Amino acid sequence: MWDYTPIVKDHFLNPRNVGDIPDADAVGEVGSLACGDALKLYLKLDENKQRIVDARFQTFGCASAIASSSALTEMVKGKTLDEALAISNQDIAEFLGGLPEEKMHCSVMGQEALEVAIAKFRGEPVPEHDSEHDHGHAYPDNEGTVVCKCFGITDTFLKKVIETNKLTTVEQVTHFTKAGGACGGCLPRIRELIDEVLGQNTQQPRKRPDKLSNLKKMQMIQDVLEKDIRPLLWADGGDMELIDIDGSRVMVAFRKACAGCAASGNTALMVQQKLREFVAEDIVVEEVAG
Amino acid sequence: MKEIYLDNNATTKVDETVFEEMRPYFTELYGNPSSMHFFGGQVQKKVDEARGCVAELLGASPDEVIFTACGTESDNAAIRSSLAVFPDRRHVVTSRVEHPAVLTQCRNLIQQGYRVTEIGVDSAGCLDMTALKAAVDEDTAIVSLMWANNETGVVFPVEEAAAIAKAKGALFHTDAVQAVGKIGIDLAHSAIDMLSLSGHKLHAPKGIGALYLRRGTPFRPFMVGGHQERSRRAGTENTAAIIALGKACELAGQYMEKENTTVKAMRDRLEQSLMVAIPNARINGAGAERIPNTTSVAFEFVEGEAILLLLSELGICASSGSACTSGSLEPSHVLRAMGVPFTCAHGSIRFSLSRFTTDGEIDTVIRELPLIVNRLRQMSPFGRDQL
Repeated sequence: MWDYTPIVKDHFLNPRNVGDIPDADAVGEVGSLACGDALKLYLKLDENKQRIVDARFQTFGCASAIASSSALTEMVKGKTLDEALAISNQDIAEFLGGLPEEKMHCSVMGQEALEVAIAKFRGEPVPEHDSEHDHGHAYPDNEGTVVCKCFGITDTFLKKVIETNKLTTVEQVTHFTKAGGACGGCLPRIRELIDEVLGQNTQQPRKRPDKLSNLKKMQMIQDVLEKDIRPLLWADGGDMELIDIDGSRVMVAFRKACAGCAASGNTALMVQQKLREFVAEDIVVEEVAG
Repeated sequence: MKEIYLDNNATTKVDETVFEEMRPYFTELYGNPSSMHFFGGQVQKKVDEARGCVAELLGASPDEVIFTACGTESDNAAIRSSLAVFPDRRHVVTSRVEHPAVLTQCRNLIQQGYRVTEIGVDSAGCLDMTALKAAVDEDTAIVSLMWANNETGVVFPVEEAAAIAKAKGALFHTDAVQAVGKIGIDLAHSAIDMLSLSGHKLHAPKGIGALYLRRGTPFRPFMVGGHQERSRRAGTENTAAIIALGKACELAGQYMEKENTTVKAMRDRLEQSLMVAIPNARINGAGAERIPNTTSVAFEFVEGEAILLLLSELGICASSGSACTSGSLEPSHVLRAMGVPFTCAHGSIRFSLSRFTTDGEIDTVIRELPLIVNRLRQMSPFGRDQL
């Protein structure tokens, strides 16, 4: 069972501002039935069209999605549009006394709907939904390319969420945006995006040690294969498996797109080069059937 | 708040009789059955009796019953053993709707170079027998198919499937965790080689399971390091739980008719009443043969976790095929394999009854659930025109 805070429970059991506003000035809609959650946010502005005087929502989703929507409507009331835009998904989560990390995407959905509503009101471009899965598509500043095909999430959107929430792991990005939560094909790309946002490689820079015991060497070889090499192969639909290590001979077998690929000789050389760079200079990589 | 427990496919209440039976084996009769003295010997006798009770329920011989720690261990042991005894066979056949105890293991085998075929199901959840026949070949080491599905209750024709496996010389294993005690099982007249069961699904405690292993079936133990269970499962016996499982199996035999009459009638009434009271709802697997205690109901335009938590507020315990309850982002693999539309899969709720379920409890659900679904639909941006 999820460990929801009393505030989340209260906003789920007694949601504020449920419903629509027939003459709303701004409406923002994100998510879909297929995604498993969706939010339609209605905003009513004052005479000068500056300040939000009423906000209502309709939500399809789990308890935290409903609570996040309810919290959002409470938070924006009385705010100017610019003040409302300053609300981050973190603010929504904090208003609720926190959300389980796996549920942070619910707060992101709220923030997203708010941006869409205001962008549409201001006549700023909001891309049409062109897929059943449309989280992140609705993000107004959308010039990015789709990273997560399952949920239709763009790199622009991911980078923003990574930055705002100071995310450092791929798992966190999935919890916050859903990206990578289905087929997992985009996980290496998400890793790259995190590194881009943080402006550096978040993993400790590797340095080849001077002297190695056999055990340490084997561990390092495995480590480099898992963290540095396999993600590169995945990006091209390939994979590899470590078959054996005998002294400095590293025997590998290529899988999926790499198996039988005419370029696998080059791939083996690439693997060897990496291992020489990070582990030991005398390493020889051999491709074996297995 | 008194709970209304309708999540018996997740786990069950330990029957009071079962609990009384196991109670002395903690502080009084705590001997090790392997010991030479009278004190351990008397426990050995009770363990043997329990083995007899489990065998009786399965229509098996006591020596064909191996006690394990849980259904998952039994599943793991069966599949690994089959691969170890047939090193030349590199193919495994299972279904897309298996419990993770089987499915995860099979998918891991792909990484080890095995060929794995996952047989699909139709929209009612029934196994594609044509695909099964086509998949099993001389390279197949084991066919592992569940007897009854934990989410929908749909029953697979395991005898027919076992015959297909045997025709190609493969072993046949069935995960019968949800079937035992609800379906009559007669392994003496069966082609099934291995069967897994779990204590806590039939009113015994958690932490005890069993693997049926047909006499003469080659076997490679999963746990080694002791002579217990005739060296087929090393480790000191969980004596109290074994004795509890024996008693639970004895009771399950006695209550099997009730499961298929009284419990089934309550399940059917629940389904019929909900279908009348709630528009845009459906029963997952309605067209298939199902175990009598399980129903999976799908409600469009609402999300399962929200339903579960509102039910929980009223003390009603159920579970969901929705993504949000598990922390994963996709709805249940079982419902997706059946082609249940995402719109329904996200709003699917499972009720699983037991012999302790009462008509009054079912009445409460029939009264409250339509209100809950309606409340959430009023909140949802979808399907408003269809309310």
